[in-house]
Amino acid sequence: MEARAHQFEDAEQQQDAATLGMWVFLTTEVLFFGALLLGYSVYRRAFPSTFGEASRHLDIVLGTVNTAVLLCSSLTMAFGVYQAQQGNNRALVRYLLLTMFLGSLFLGIKFYEYYEKYSEGLLPGSAFVWHGSDTAHASIFFLFYFILTGMHALHMIVGVCLLLVLAIRGRLGRFSASYYTPLEMGGLYWHFVDIVWVFLFPLLYLVDRSS
Amino acid sequence: MRIYVLVWVLLLLLLGITVSAAYIPLGKLNPVLAVGIAATKAALIAAYFMHLRSTARLIWIVATAGVVWLAIMFTLTAGDYFMRGYLPKPTVWQQR
Repeated sequence: MEARAHQFEDAEQQQDAATLGMWVFLTTEVLFFGALLLGYSVYRRAFPSTFGEASRHLDIVLGTVNTAVLLCSSLTMAFGVYQAQQGNNRALVRYLLLTMFLGSLFLGIKFYEYYEKYSEGLLPGSAFVWHGSDTAHASIFFLFYFILTGMHALHMIVGVCLLLVLAIRGRLGRFSASYYTPLEMGGLYWHFVDIVWVFLFPLLYLVDRSS
Repeated sequence: MRIYVLVWVLLLLLLGITVSAAYIPLGKLNPVLAVGIAATKAALIAAYFMHLRSTARLIWIVATAGVVWLAIMFTLTAGDYFMRGYLPKPTVWQQR
C-alpha cells in the first residue's frame, strides 16, 4: 500500500489530517460516555444510599487489578508507538502483542465479573434478586453498571481487533520511521478507552466504601 | 521511553491513592476526591501517552472542545436536577 494518499502534499500533512480527524472522533466519544455518566450521576444523587449499597456488591479487588492491567496496557501501547517512530518493526509487533494480551486479560476478568454478577442474580430484569430494601433503584444501578462497562468492553474488543490488524501490517513491514500514522491513531484510541475506564472505575466501584 | 515509565508509575500510585481514599469516610469529599484523581490520571494519559503536550495547538483546541461541551452538558443538567428544592416555590404558584 502507498504510504501517502494522493490528496496530501506530504506525509506530515497526512499525519496532521489523520490526527485531527481522530481527535474529532474522540470528542464525540467523550460526549457519548459523558451523557451516560451524566445520567448515572443524576440517579446516584437521587438514591445515594441504595447506589452505595449496590456499589459495595462489585468486586473491589478484581476492579482494582483490572484498572492496573489497563494502565499497563497503555504503557506497552506507548512503547509500541515509540518503536514505530524509530522504524523498529519487530519491537513494535512485540509490544502490540503484549498490549493485546493485557487487553484480553482485562476482558477476561471483566467477563468473569459479569458471570459472578449474573450468578448472584444481579442482572437487571425479571430475574433480578435483591436482598436490600430498595429493589427498583438497585436495579437501576446495575443497569448503569452493565451498560457503562458493557459499552467500554465493546470498545476494548474493537481495540484488540484494531491492534491485531496493526500487528499483522507491522509484521509485513508496512510501517517505517517516515510512515507510522496508523500506529499513532491506534494508540490514541487505546489510550482514550483507558481514560474512559479511569473514570468508570471510581464512579462505579468506589461510590460508598467508607460506611 | 523513561517519561512513559514515570507516567505509568504515577498512574499506578494514583490508583492506589484513590482506592485507599475511598475507605476513609470524608463525606461529600469522597466523590470529589475520586473524580479529581480520575481527572488527574486522564490528564496524564492525554498529555504524555496521547502526545497532547507535543502536538499542534489545533489538536489542543479540538481535545479541549470535547471537555468544554461536556462541562456545558453537566452544568446545565446539574442546574436543573441538583438545584431542585434549594429555593422555596414562589408564592404565586402555591395560590393556584
